[in-house]
Amino acid sequence: MADVIDGQPAIQRQITYREAVAEGIAREMRRDPAVVCLGEDIAAAGGVFKTTVGLLEEFGPGRVWDTPISEQAIVGAAMGAAMTGMRPVAEIMFSDFLACCWDYLANEIPKVRYMTGGQVTVPLVVRTANGGGLGFGAQHSQATENWAFTIPGLKIAAPATPADVIGMMAAAIRSDDPVVFFEHKGLLASKGAPPPPDHVVELGRAAVVREGGDVTLVALASMVPVALEAAQRLDEEGIEAEVVDLRCLVPLDMSTVLASLARTSRLVTVEENPYQGGWGGTLVSVVADEGFGLLDAPVRRVAGECVPLPFADALEEQVIPTVDKVVATVRALAAY
Amino acid sequence: MGTQVRDQAQELLTLYERMALVRRTEKAAHDLFLSGLVKGTTHLAAGHEAIAVGASAALRADDYVFATYRGHHHTLARGATPEECLAELMSRATGLCRAKGGSMHLTKAATGMLGSYAIVGAHLPMAVGAAWSARLRGTGQIAVAFFGDGATNIGAFHEALNLAAVWKLPVLFVCENNLYMEYTPIADVTAVARPAADRASAYGIPGETVDGNDVVLVREAVSRLAERARAGDGPALLEAETYRHFGHSRADPATYRPAEEVERWLKHDPLDVARGQLTELGVPTETLAQADERVRDVVQKAVDAAKAAPGPDPREALTDVWADGGAAWRT
Repeated sequence: MADVIDGQPAIQRQITYREAVAEGIAREMRRDPAVVCLGEDIAAAGGVFKTTVGLLEEFGPGRVWDTPISEQAIVGAAMGAAMTGMRPVAEIMFSDFLACCWDYLANEIPKVRYMTGGQVTVPLVVRTANGGGLGFGAQHSQATENWAFTIPGLKIAAPATPADVIGMMAAAIRSDDPVVFFEHKGLLASKGAPPPPDHVVELGRAAVVREGGDVTLVALASMVPVALEAAQRLDEEGIEAEVVDLRCLVPLDMSTVLASLARTSRLVTVEENPYQGGWGGTLVSVVADEGFGLLDAPVRRVAGECVPLPFADALEEQVIPTVDKVVATVRALAAY
Repeated sequence: MGTQVRDQAQELLTLYERMALVRRTEKAAHDLFLSGLVKGTTHLAAGHEAIAVGASAALRADDYVFATYRGHHHTLARGATPEECLAELMSRATGLCRAKGGSMHLTKAATGMLGSYAIVGAHLPMAVGAAWSARLRGTGQIAVAFFGDGATNIGAFHEALNLAAVWKLPVLFVCENNLYMEYTPIADVTAVARPAADRASAYGIPGETVDGNDVVLVREAVSRLAERARAGDGPALLEAETYRHFGHSRADPATYRPAEEVERWLKHDPLDVARGQLTELGVPTETLAQADERVRDVVQKAVDAAKAAPGPDPREALTDVWADGGAAWRT
């Protein structure tokens, strides 16, 4: 079952997505001494994105460790620690840099439990700042969640709101399976209501964040606000869009997607990762297999263009899906 | 024979018998491959026995060991039985990894043998992490990564050494330098004469060399460095020179090695070295023959048992991805 989030948050202090990352980690470090953090500039500097501010002060250097610029050592050490009783939370500063330690994410971490016949578990989290919109160019802007999505054995979380950051961080750190946790750079300054104590959002539960009967928009991370804004504009034109925030790619909550399609009969995915190899390809293939009869129109994927991310804003917005692109796609589909 | 000499002889005899067990198991793996009962490939460790057995004798039972795809000797040295190893090679349900790992991934987590990894150098950072974990938990354990000479030219080696040194972790890096990275002489592709030991100074850690075919010397060196690491004095690098009796893998007849070199190293076989030492200590030839006989018997029974064991339940293919035992990726 999906969460249905409705109503307006009460007037209260809001927290930023950025603060939610540190808060989510801190909550778990308070409840479990096995949780330790490591990464480049995460301790004394509080992270280059200020997502680990306060952790060193609260938990001390025995639990929050600055590392050299050594992505393989960071993730490899996290793996070794996870296999021997700890729950490490490793930061890879930009998700583009996952390529520097890809062996661990492709060959080691997701496979070691299986290839040892279940002898070991790897309860770790690899956190990373993902996505574009900040003008960082081709090597610091990619939405790489689809890289991880090609590998059986990794759970993949990509929250869109501060409350989900905290709730999904709790689930990720408590998970006995490895989780790649994508924090979206474009959402770091966004604000939301802080969740209650001990807020846990189970991995693999999508959220219907807006209800509507005409078309289902399935989105992830920064594409959720894009889809919501598009839905608002479409509403003014008389098209009711339902918006599903997937929240995780693995486990992939197809039940919620298929249930939504049963109501709307039209599907548009909104993906920041490139169309080529993007997560929507897998999602729509499941729909084709199991939900074909629910559809009254072809599926559409609004995804990143298949080029490296350009630098200039005027170019970057040609590549990453925009509200305008989503609106135009849905409008055409509604008329099908 | 004095008490001290008798104890020394008894200990060495135990090490000899363990090395003989590895050698015999590797011989069996070789024969089983040729008879079609082992598929894929194998990277046999015949010739490398003294490193695994000597090091293991110097470690605590709860220390952690990480090895490479040439890892049968380390798995056996850490207490796995020939039967569970050979059963794994033969794709049997009774194999160490329930036939999901194979020759290159032998693992016995229950005895601290945390895996054989087949991407060169990948396990060095893992050993660093296990040592970090031991430090954080205050257990006094150490971690040991065994690797080949070829791994010294890969990035993970250097990242691991640096991090271990900076964090002063209880981890030992033990290089099994068998002179060939795979088919190419390591000297042809490495900027320094000692591919491992010569790199230690760059990270401010001890870098020692040892005759990797002398089990007594290996045990001594590892004991000393392990004690140092346990005392909080940080990591160390040990380069053990040795030689493969077979090629790199099953596909390799090793014709690139000069005959004179092969002959010289075969004369310095780790089992022969130990035999010589035992004879010097006054151990009679019959005692050695009895040890050999016990080993032959154990391995023969292991081969028979592995042959008789069933293959894996096909449903096993879809288990053990996640900690809950399943493989579900979607709802």
